[in-house]
Amino acid sequence: MVTKRLAVAVALTAALATACGSGGSGGSAASAPASSAAAPSAAEKVELTYWNWVPNMDKIVEVWNQAHPDIHVTSSKQAGGDDAAAKFLTAAKAGNPPDLVQAEYQMLPSFVAAEAVADLTPSAGGLKSQFGDGLWSLVTLGTDALYGVPQDSGPMMLYYRADLFKKYGVDVPTTWDEFAAAARTIHKADPKSYLTNFSSKDPGWFAGLSQQAGASWWGINGDAWKVAVNDDPTKKVADFWGGLVKEGVISTTASFTPEWNKALADGKLLAWTSAIWAPGVLSSNAPKTAGKWEIAALPQWNAGENASGFWGGSAVAVSAASKHQDAAVKFLTWLNTDPAATKLLVDQGAIYPAATAAQGALSTAPEFFSNLPDFWQKAASFGAGARGFTFGPDVNVTYNAYKDAMDKAVAAKSSFSDAVTSMQDATVADMQKAGFTLAQ
Amino acid sequence: MPSKRGAAPYVFLAPAVTLFTLFLAVPIGYTVYLSLRRTKVKGLGLGKGAKTEIFVGWDNLKTAVTDPELWHGWERVVGYGALVLVVMLGFALLFALLLDSAHVRLSRFSRISIFLPYAVPGVVASLLWGFLYLPGMTPIGGIDFLSPTAVTYSMANIAVWGGTGFNMLVLYTNLRAIPQEYYEAARMDGAGELEIAFRIKIPILTPAIILTTVFSIIATIQVFTEPTTLRPFSNTISSTWSPLMKVYRDAFVTGDLYSAAATSLVIAAISLVLSFGFLRVVRGRAFGES
Repeated sequence: MVTKRLAVAVALTAALATACGSGGSGGSAASAPASSAAAPSAAEKVELTYWNWVPNMDKIVEVWNQAHPDIHVTSSKQAGGDDAAAKFLTAAKAGNPPDLVQAEYQMLPSFVAAEAVADLTPSAGGLKSQFGDGLWSLVTLGTDALYGVPQDSGPMMLYYRADLFKKYGVDVPTTWDEFAAAARTIHKADPKSYLTNFSSKDPGWFAGLSQQAGASWWGINGDAWKVAVNDDPTKKVADFWGGLVKEGVISTTASFTPEWNKALADGKLLAWTSAIWAPGVLSSNAPKTAGKWEIAALPQWNAGENASGFWGGSAVAVSAASKHQDAAVKFLTWLNTDPAATKLLVDQGAIYPAATAAQGALSTAPEFFSNLPDFWQKAASFGAGARGFTFGPDVNVTYNAYKDAMDKAVAAKSSFSDAVTSMQDATVADMQKAGFTLAQ
Repeated sequence: MPSKRGAAPYVFLAPAVTLFTLFLAVPIGYTVYLSLRRTKVKGLGLGKGAKTEIFVGWDNLKTAVTDPELWHGWERVVGYGALVLVVMLGFALLFALLLDSAHVRLSRFSRISIFLPYAVPGVVASLLWGFLYLPGMTPIGGIDFLSPTAVTYSMANIAVWGGTGFNMLVLYTNLRAIPQEYYEAARMDGAGELEIAFRIKIPILTPAIILTTVFSIIATIQVFTEPTTLRPFSNTISSTWSPLMKVYRDAFVTGDLYSAAATSLVIAAISLVLSFGFLRVVRGRAFGES
């Protein structure tokens, strides 16, 4: 137990050390030499740190730094996902956060609840017209405040192996019923092949599919949160996938695992309900399948509709503790709305830009989809009907509950709507414990 | 003069006391402090001042102790630990005795190759074995190593693979320290290798065996790396599979540092009880005779 205590000790000491460091010396030490240098331009130079996981962001930041000698931005590459959010919240609590941070839309409410991000209404409120209403509501959380500026977006669609669909005589499914039928046909024709997989490790993916069905997991009702993770649309989605898992006609390999990569590369997984950023994933995980994939709208619950959901996407937020909020806003405005910058984001960062003008400017299809010259136009039409929902202040709890509950349901082939109910219970219990007001 | 002499012991003591205070007492005190507090949110919890830190007394500790997930975690870890302890220490003892026997060839090579896995970091070892376990990638067909029933054994296997070498080396070093005269005397009395092992070597080794057992108990209580690394590969390992994983989840996934602090205290207390309990039970045997 000595080592155990030591581990706790080391962790807490580290936290203490960073807390003291930022309060005592961090800021003043950086500015002291600048002011003593007595050169006015050097004294005004602002140093900003920016945590993100956009590929090649260091190169994009370099373009800004060249043009703006007074505001120098340092990009710090993060692991991304849940870990990055936890790291930012911990740093904010310790009083040592970066000036700018990449915030996935679903994590932004947690950042706001932790008072870790600044309200940008006075300096960036005017950007509203440059973004779609759906995306804008994700950064205002439906309030009068503004907690970040949208950077990228992830409307969902269906990616499928056109060559293998042809081989098995399967048409592109336009409804979920057809999707299920296709799953049966393919698995029957080749017991080692599956139409797709159910991933018990990707709550964001499941949230997007639920959004498509019309789910609304959180809502603000006056001064109270309304929580409905187990609403009817979500249960419908859960039971649909649960049925396919129980039948054994889809794979239960979690996405983004080595085994999943292998199945994609070997042509054992024929389709992926994913977001607009999928080409990057496919090209790095299954490079040899380039040119064999095509895209379609997500299968629909009601034939003839064009509904979709969002998976991923993020905003850039400014730390509440940042001493240079105005400079930070200048940078993030340039990064996410300037045509030159958004072009860099697309070309270097391989993201789907949030700014409406930047989306319209996309022309060259991703290299992986060189067989589809009109990739962006198609994708935009599939994503046009994407619905979002308000995210609550403890999405991390809900998402963690998804992984645990769905893992169990997949292993036991038990009810998926029960799993969704345990997500709801975990979310409500956590919010009650924390003291949030809940509407009934 | 007397005052100067009086100061010397304190000066000598100062480095140890300072280090102890800075790196042990203060962090533990801070953990206790955190465990007595929590944040309280008002209304929607958005906007300035909606969140305050309040004192809640023993509430967090009570919640930690009454959380069934923590005890399920302990059950899993005790099952896993029993497996690891018996198999790993059994192998360690067996290999140490074999290497120490007079007839062994290639002793140096064997010793190093058994010890080598210990030099592989836990995360690397887990990934390495993880790839061997994955149904779609494993060269060993027919068995699902990550099924609900098999996953504990699969994880124990990683720990045994990584830990046997170290424990073997501790035991082997102790064996080398036994004076050869004992063996000569035993042989003169007509004892074979087997009898020497059981009647001389193992009894003399007892304190070392106890030491390795205590270390292993502590290590299994802290199991974190293997299940955390294997978790993305499998749907049979929950985020609270082991007690330490629960602490990690509370602190860094669901953002509740206060509950995590309380649970750490519970784990520390249980580790203390288990380690000292074991020592107490075996003390008579191990140290009473000497």
